[in-house]
Amino acid sequence: MEFSEHIKTANVEDVVLRRPFHPPMQGTLCVTGHHLLFSNRDGDSSRLVLLLLRNIDAIEKSVENLLGYSSLFSSTGQSQRPSVSSGTITLKCKDLCVLQLDIPGMEECLNIARSIEYLSSLDIVSDMYPFFYRPLKLSLQDQWGLSSPEQNYAQMEELQDRWRLSHVNKDYSVCPSYPPAVIVPHSIDDETLVKVAKFRQGGRFPVLCYYHRKNGMVIMRSSQPLTGANRKRCREDELLLQAVIDGSGLGYIIDTRSNQQAQQARMTGGGFESKSSYSCWKRLHRQLERGKVLQESLIKLVEACGDHSHSVDRWLSKLENSKWLSHVHTALATAGLLAECVERDGHSVLVHGSEGTDATLLVSSLAQLILDPNTRTLDGFLGLLEREWLLAGHPFQHRCAHSAYSHARLRLEAPVFVLLLDCVWQLARQFPLAMGFSEPLLLRLAREVYASDYGTFLCNSDQERCAAGVKERTHCLFQFLLKPSEREHYSNPLYEPTELAIWPSIQPQSLQLWRGLFLRWTQHAVHLEKAQEELRNLVIECRGAS
Amino acid sequence: MEHILTPKVEEVKLLDRYTAKKPAIGTLYLTATHLIFVETSCNTRKETWMLHHLIATVEKLPLTAMGCPLHISCKNFHVAHFVISSERDCQNVHQSLVRLSQPGKVEELYAFLYNPKQDEDERRNGWGFIDSAMDFKRMGLPNEFWEMTDLNKNYELCSTYHSELGIPKTASKGTVFGSAKFRSRGRIPTLSYYHKESNAAICRCSQPLSGLSARCVEDEEMLQAISRANPKSTFMYVVDTRPKLNAMANRAAGKGYENEDNYSNICFQFVGIENIHVMRNSLQKLLEVCAMKSPTMSDYLTGLENSGWLRHIKAVMDAGVFLAKAVAEDKASVLVHCSDGWDRTAQVCSLASILLDPFYRTIKGLMVLIEKEWISMGHKFTQRCGHVDGDPKEVSPVFTQFIECLWNLMEQYPCGFEYNEKYLLEIHNHVYSCQFGNFIGNCQREREEMRLYERTFSVWPFLWENRHQYRNPLHKCSLGREVLRPSTLPLNFKFWCGMYNHFDKGMQPKQSILDHLLTITQKKAEGEKKMTDLQIQLAVMDGVLADQGSPTGTPPEQTSLSPVSVSHTAENAKPLMNGAAVEEAEIELVPTAGSEKMEPVAIEN
Repeated sequence: MEFSEHIKTANVEDVVLRRPFHPPMQGTLCVTGHHLLFSNRDGDSSRLVLLLLRNIDAIEKSVENLLGYSSLFSSTGQSQRPSVSSGTITLKCKDLCVLQLDIPGMEECLNIARSIEYLSSLDIVSDMYPFFYRPLKLSLQDQWGLSSPEQNYAQMEELQDRWRLSHVNKDYSVCPSYPPAVIVPHSIDDETLVKVAKFRQGGRFPVLCYYHRKNGMVIMRSSQPLTGANRKRCREDELLLQAVIDGSGLGYIIDTRSNQQAQQARMTGGGFESKSSYSCWKRLHRQLERGKVLQESLIKLVEACGDHSHSVDRWLSKLENSKWLSHVHTALATAGLLAECVERDGHSVLVHGSEGTDATLLVSSLAQLILDPNTRTLDGFLGLLEREWLLAGHPFQHRCAHSAYSHARLRLEAPVFVLLLDCVWQLARQFPLAMGFSEPLLLRLAREVYASDYGTFLCNSDQERCAAGVKERTHCLFQFLLKPSEREHYSNPLYEPTELAIWPSIQPQSLQLWRGLFLRWTQHAVHLEKAQEELRNLVIECRGAS
Repeated sequence: MEHILTPKVEEVKLLDRYTAKKPAIGTLYLTATHLIFVETSCNTRKETWMLHHLIATVEKLPLTAMGCPLHISCKNFHVAHFVISSERDCQNVHQSLVRLSQPGKVEELYAFLYNPKQDEDERRNGWGFIDSAMDFKRMGLPNEFWEMTDLNKNYELCSTYHSELGIPKTASKGTVFGSAKFRSRGRIPTLSYYHKESNAAICRCSQPLSGLSARCVEDEEMLQAISRANPKSTFMYVVDTRPKLNAMANRAAGKGYENEDNYSNICFQFVGIENIHVMRNSLQKLLEVCAMKSPTMSDYLTGLENSGWLRHIKAVMDAGVFLAKAVAEDKASVLVHCSDGWDRTAQVCSLASILLDPFYRTIKGLMVLIEKEWISMGHKFTQRCGHVDGDPKEVSPVFTQFIECLWNLMEQYPCGFEYNEKYLLEIHNHVYSCQFGNFIGNCQREREEMRLYERTFSVWPFLWENRHQYRNPLHKCSLGREVLRPSTLPLNFKFWCGMYNHFDKGMQPKQSILDHLLTITQKKAEGEKKMTDLQIQLAVMDGVLADQGSPTGTPPEQTSLSPVSVSHTAENAKPLMNGAAVEEAEIELVPTAGSEKMEPVAIEN
């Protein structure tokens, strides 16, 4: 595609850039296919600001044409510059930063605004920047991704007598949003799986996502069963679930919808596992919000954080009204419940909502962080994200098309992944020594998921990523984050591994607004960042001494 | 002792405040000073101690199937729900606690019984450990503009002020005494903080008795003198920390505020901090929010908003920031008052001092500040903290709010303070515990009359002795003379879980960064000390150093420590007990064991 046809004005001089933490800067603005480039030459030193167009969520422009007025003010306006038409573009980014560009010349301003509007919302995957990003230090020959389902399975020897790796989905025909290989009970053959897939929305049949070494219990996830209004049954589905709890007698199903929502789902062909058909399974309903509700919650929260009026009451009321912390609360509480079923009660659990691609993944990954020390290392955490979000088919491209500032009509956007990062941050705040990774990692992921140089979060599923050649033609973010040069910055200096489960407190008093993310661009964050640096230096110094 | 009807009750249940977890079963002991619950149901011995004077309310609730519930809440926000099987026992414990928690007179307070086995010299020296007069010297007094006077040496000028006051040099004795007549309770404008860099000063006083039209030439001269003491500035601020309506209402009662027409070159300003009654009620509402059983996030946030608590904290902070800005940026002097000038004025002046002067951000500096702005300037600790049975309308969390503002600053500047959160909590605790004499009495004169300095111990040497626990390992001295300019946007004010839910361990982060850092820095310091010692030994052996006793390895701050080597630690602070209870309770104190296990809170099935 030719980007140039969408760039009418490529260069403007004497533009003023205003951004947080920096004094206004005058320089040259340049628009390219994927970036805004701002350069300023101040004596010998020159500075360059690079902004990925994909990062721009909303653009607001205002133009002033004072030309017509100049004669009216001729007596006072004489000292002013002859060209007085100008425009201001406000860029609201997906990483929540707000920038402003003062551009001389109305025409130039409008041209640039048009280019940004168009180029920031490209939706053809192969046009996106990761396909053009070619840094010197990285090679496309490097491994893409951290691990494969085969490797994951091979590593867990203890489960291999009861569980097998099935390649029934090798050409993505059984379930388009699943990876080519999944772990299922040994006794269930591929033919059965094909039948089960037909009974589950989107073909997402129950698969193993976590094996608890201590007691052999597992966490399974799936989508809702398609029981419909007629309470249809599927023998194979019942067999599969029976095979999961084989021997242990009872299992829990955590349905991430309310009982009422689950009942209503039957009207549209969905449903739930009824007591009569699944007598050994006990269903628990916990309503987690998703989709539009979640997106609107984020929009309201960000709006509240940007409201700098001086009333505490108004702030608290807006914070409450956004419901964001309520979502954090529910997600952690449900994950805690799931972990408790596995660790305390010693039962296996199946978790699903409707599609099984959002709240399901949120709850299952949080529960794994609570239970499994291996997921709390830097490598382990990125591995968890790869398994439970990328391979498990969270539709990143749909969910992260827009962030909190966009005026575009909401379609499939939902900040489920940001909610996950927030919950992980809450866990790390309550257990500051238990995580091998640091807050900067969470912040980096929160940014990369919306706009990135890397291909990792492109597309909606493994199948799409393969089809688009993402793995051959882009670089992998996770591989990059684990490079020695980056690793240091993203590890937690206080990390002390613990084998124990980390049970979070879910009293509202124990949960806090994630200031690092939502107040990222205020002075507050600067002091906190300095403190983190100080802490890292202190720990290193102490280590050196001992 | 005569108030203790039942010294020991067995088979008492201690309920968890928030969860439906199995209650702890144990024995309740009532001693002369503490209520002690010793858990017998677990293997590790777990004890809960509650000082009688810390108990704010004790309630006996109606009999239930489990037994008779006794609900105790303390001034340090410790809350305990006991269930006692026999109603008669419960009745007795209740009756005793009501009496013991509300001493009739000051002499019954713990400080008069507390004896950490120090000798008399140490005790006496302890009282000299912090001297607020020294702080004025540190600021550069006397200088060409300001001097310390003893005009109040017999408390004749003002009965609630300290005997030594900082006054502008140009103010005559007549002016000072004349001004005192025109100020509520004689609390004349006096120096609180002198900012060397700008010559600007913060002064404090009470409201003028201006009524609807009264004037006082001496008072006007007094303000002139303060203004002149900062010759580079053409004006001074007069800040009334009350809401304008309250101040206007006071005019009708013959009090009020300065009329800008009568005083030359003043810039008058209201900052709108609510009075002690509003604050008391607000705290009450906040504590109700804390006591909610498994609230939803919305319940909690709505409750927090409705309590108004954070709004008040912000109002105090805003006022402090205003003062600091006036002094540091406008280089103008400020005179601050509220009604009597001992509550809001103390809050605001001390906050401004912390913002302006890094000394107050050190462990010792905070002691000096509290001594200077609160204790010696007549904050009515006895009444505000409700130390003895008295008018409940005089009780108000004024000091608590100051400490909370300070905590908020520490949250914004994690590297800016030498002390940590524990220090604030410990000070706050001691303000209410009355274990030491410092916070007993309403003013200096009262303390002298009570002979507190002869009969009780000072808390400061005790805190200093334990200062290693109160260090902030991230503290950066390099901030130098930096004036703090905190953001007072509403979203910077957070609920202080560490204070209001301090005793609900399940709600605190399960691992503490602070403790971890303290441990590793301690280890490092020990390692380094060992190294220096070895080097010295080597040097001595090599004959480089002749004298082994030279203070090479001693940090400078230790040499400045007055000869108080207080030996008491938390364990020495044990209460007096009758024989039986001592035997039972003196086994190792492990109050936190068992509570650190990682357990989920309030996960419902």
